[in-house]
Amino acid sequence: MSTSPPPLPLYRHAVVDRYFLEHRAKVLDLAAFLDRVDRAKPDAADSNRDFRLDSLRGAIALLLDGEPERAKRVLDLMSDPSTEPIAAAPMKGATGAWDGFKPASARDGETG
Amino acid sequence: MYIDPHVHMVSRTTDDYQRMALAGCVAITEPAFWAGYDRSSPQGFHDYFSVLTDTEPKRAAQYGIAHHTWLCINPKEAEDPVFAREVLEIIPEFLKCESVLGIGEIGLNKNSRNELEILEAHLQLAADHDQMVLVHTPHLEDKRKGTRLIMDAIKNHGVLDPNRVLIDHVEEHTVRDVLDRGYWAGMTLYPDTKCTPQRAADIFEMHGTDRLWINSAGDWGPSDPLAVPKCRDEMRRRGHLEATIRKVSFDNPLEFLSQTGRFRIDVQPTR
Repeated sequence: MSTSPPPLPLYRHAVVDRYFLEHRAKVLDLAAFLDRVDRAKPDAADSNRDFRLDSLRGAIALLLDGEPERAKRVLDLMSDPSTEPIAAAPMKGATGAWDGFKPASARDGETG
Repeated sequence: MYIDPHVHMVSRTTDDYQRMALAGCVAITEPAFWAGYDRSSPQGFHDYFSVLTDTEPKRAAQYGIAHHTWLCINPKEAEDPVFAREVLEIIPEFLKCESVLGIGEIGLNKNSRNELEILEAHLQLAADHDQMVLVHTPHLEDKRKGTRLIMDAIKNHGVLDPNRVLIDHVEEHTVRDVLDRGYWAGMTLYPDTKCTPQRAADIFEMHGTDRLWINSAGDWGPSDPLAVPKCRDEMRRRGHLEATIRKVSFDNPLEFLSQTGRFRIDVQPTR
């Protein structure tokens, strides 16, 4: 027999009280990471156009759009959208973001 | 009392068995996986399967933990189909072992054609020997696509009952689809690359506790063999009922795994 999801038993203020400092620290880590990328020596690949950073910036924008299911939508944004198997595995690992991701600014410039 | 239904103890120390026992772990299941390097021969897999069916149960029993296993060649070593099929040929002799629960963790890694071919061969092996299946879904950006390809492959195969298949490593973007298709689903609690205990608790609150479990998948990488009790603690601190916490960390794995007819939790410490 299917049962209903157990609702979060906490009031909103209790959630903020309990988790704020932890997530304040995570935002600072993220800010410091982006600063670190900016301070790093430039290279031929121009790290500011790295698809992983583009995905991260896209995800950060998504957090502020006021819509629900942020975690799911961040994962969707970073997922390979293709549907067919690839010819051969190029490596064993994964990078964490889809290498074909384009930021909204780049997509705005497309014509077709 | 809890069950960790996915943990790679071959990569962990005996101290971890002790810590898990102290935290209330009574039973585990250990799927065959990529050990961090490619094995050079089918004999290497034969040795590995011997460890999973003989060495690890004895090690676990020292601390009163019942050890079970799932067998396969993992998708990371399935890119060579000829080699993979040689490994598949040695699996049936191990299926006779009482601690073997089924075929796993099979699935996809980079979603390649060869990986898919060997996944389908594993599904046939499971069907031929009436085995249950534990499925690994790909990492990070490959997960959503791979999860769909895997579920389509199982559906197209047409023999396996979704109620006897667990799709593991689900996250927010795959859990609903897996449950809606009738499969069981597992959430792996990893510090960086899968679900944290907090997010797993969120997912229970959003998607329910039916056909859904948690595991540590503790292995040789960043992972925590005590992740399941930490998620139990997170749910307790939020005020969830003990019955709810027990369901996701004991009752659900017990219900799914008991379908094998081989799952047990009654091991007495042998030390």
